[in-house]
Amino acid sequence: MTELRYLAPDTLDEAVGAFAKAGSAARILAGGTDLLVQMRSGVLKPGVIVDIKRIPELTAIEQTADGGFRIGAAVSGMALAEHETFGKVWPGVLEAVNLIGSKQVQGRASAGGNLCNGSPAGDSVPAMVAAGAIVTVQGPNGRREMKVEDVPAGPGRTNLKPGEILVSFTLPPRPPGSSDAYLRMIPRTEMDIAVVGCGVSLTMKDGTVTAARVGLGAVAPTVLLVEDAAKALIGSKLDDAALAKAASACSAACRPIDDKRGTIAYRIKVAGVLLKRTAAIAAQRATQKN
Amino acid sequence: MAKVHVTTSINGEPMEFLCEPSDTMLDALRGPLALTGSKEGCASGDCGACSITIDDRLVCSCLMLAVESEGHEIRTIEGLAQGEKLHPLQQKFLEMAALQCGICTSGMLVASDALLRKNPDPTEEEVRFWLAGNLCRCTGYDKIVRAVMETAQELQNQEMRAH
Repeated sequence: MTELRYLAPDTLDEAVGAFAKAGSAARILAGGTDLLVQMRSGVLKPGVIVDIKRIPELTAIEQTADGGFRIGAAVSGMALAEHETFGKVWPGVLEAVNLIGSKQVQGRASAGGNLCNGSPAGDSVPAMVAAGAIVTVQGPNGRREMKVEDVPAGPGRTNLKPGEILVSFTLPPRPPGSSDAYLRMIPRTEMDIAVVGCGVSLTMKDGTVTAARVGLGAVAPTVLLVEDAAKALIGSKLDDAALAKAASACSAACRPIDDKRGTIAYRIKVAGVLLKRTAAIAAQRATQKN
Repeated sequence: MAKVHVTTSINGEPMEFLCEPSDTMLDALRGPLALTGSKEGCASGDCGACSITIDDRLVCSCLMLAVESEGHEIRTIEGLAQGEKLHPLQQKFLEMAALQCGICTSGMLVASDALLRKNPDPTEEEVRFWLAGNLCRCTGYDKIVRAVMETAQELQNQEMRAH
């Protein structure tokens, strides 16, 4: 067995340097709720672990000058839930993050890890896609920003370049009349992996949708941004015809697999059903606030 | 292989130990620290039998590296009783027979204590959701949930009498 080295740098520059130098043998440790399971089962045998939780920027939740939020990639679900205002502005993102595992897992697991783990069924990802989150990554060649939906490359893979570390999610400021929601279909009430997950973010004015984004999970090799569903909602009063059109767009976007959790046909159908239910919750929240 | 020296705090006491970088916190607790109250059930974060708190946050010690405890405050089941005096949750679990084989019990108690510290008056639904990460294959959960609810009630009543 090769020796494992554990590094816990205090700065992002040190972390990027150590991570890039160690190459493919290195793994980033945030909450560790996926990494430690993979190490234990022998799927992964990293030579270097870079723990990013001692870097202030990666564990901070900040309100940006324009009224948005910046969430460090290693912020745990429980820390996000305890934040005074985040859940009021982004209830859908928060409910998605807080569906990841048990309370014990939420004490450690982060949205950054959920995204970088690359699972098509990661619960926080469709909600972040619906929210229009932008991620900041830093690597040996400096910083860059990406749309969150551009990060996953396929099951277990991301479009981060070698040596790049996910730093934070930036969520945009919310116009009045905005809210979001996330629903996942599982055959039980807790502690399960999504058969389909759907995130919807809406802005409403006088009962009409003026802006919308839809994210779908567990129905394709990566989480999807479904622009056709959003288009069907924008300009509507969420009447049955608009919802049916958006639901069809979701079903049409699906490229799922058959597995023990659900069949292809079931996932395609449920994607449309969830869109309707999720949009209704987001709309109710968006109009309640005014 | 070079061991790592870790300085931490366990149940309020400063503590130092040596571990391999790949050891989990559970390995360190049950090994060099000889605190065997935390149990290994699944070793993958599903069963909650190894529940501890780090800086008052509930976690599975099997999903945390021992080296990560450096500079943090760890609390385990061993810190729940005050000497010979059982914690109210422990007393209530005994009185209401909220355990059978006992392997889940340390984790149930640590998780329930974390819940009551955060939410002293939980509903039954809140207790059941909070304990969803603690598996018990004996009791069917009802006695555990009732014991947690009763403890919360008693602590609330004591609190009211004190004022």
